[in-house]
Amino acid sequence: MKPDIIFKQEFKIKGGDFINGGDASCKIGNILKEVGIDPDIILRITVAAYEAEMNAVIYALKGTMVFSIGTDKITLKIEDEGKGIKDIELAMQEGYSTATQEIREMGFGAGMGLPNIKKNADIFNISSKVGKGTHLEIIFYLNNKNV
Amino acid sequence: MQLAKIKDCLKCQIISQNIDLNLDIQFAYASDLMSDVLLLAKPGALLLTGLANNHTIRTGKIAASSAIVFVRGKKPPETAVKLAVEYQIPILATELSMFDACGILFSNGIKGITIKK
Repeated sequence: MKPDIIFKQEFKIKGGDFINGGDASCKIGNILKEVGIDPDIILRITVAAYEAEMNAVIYALKGTMVFSIGTDKITLKIEDEGKGIKDIELAMQEGYSTATQEIREMGFGAGMGLPNIKKNADIFNISSKVGKGTHLEIIFYLNNKNV
Repeated sequence: MQLAKIKDCLKCQIISQNIDLNLDIQFAYASDLMSDVLLLAKPGALLLTGLANNHTIRTGKIAASSAIVFVRGKKPPETAVKLAVEYQIPILATELSMFDACGILFSNGIKGITIKK
């Protein structure tokens, strides 16, 4: 019997680290390329991973991103410790953002992050507690053709 | 269109050395907002931007951009150049405005990317 998870790696995310922020998602992209995943699926996964990673860098104190490759799906779990999201429904609306001017000057904070993660994912779950942090689970199905 | 022709049309300076000027590029997007680039992501497209920092390079890598052209005379910091070399993304710079750079490329057959809703 094949194991459910073929590969798993955890990446640490440091809040406010704009020098290294996004590096984990780039590494995930390299791993997926090495494994031979379809480039269109890689693009969806890395875009979602990058949006989620940068959200943690921008809004949280710290976090982790767990990336796993299964026989039929790829899963990203991002858990951060920080201020959390007060109104998830509002945060999911395109264009809604609480980013500072400084973040916007870096090219982020357009209020497209969470909607773009949802758009690229097959399954997207989000939960958040104000003052605690935010958890994301993002799943991409491989249609059994790549792994 | 080959990257070499894009370089000539836009009077670009090559920022990252040892790049493949034979690279064939069909599509481009232009934005200073990296969030928009991530929405438009299309493998192999050229990214034109006036935002010159490490995240421009990372966004280019994530969006699988073929190359990055910095407009309005913007120059990326050394850390960003190192990242571009590591990610093997050619980076160039032009003094032209975003509008002029896009217009020249469009009139030479480079296509844009429309947002997928």
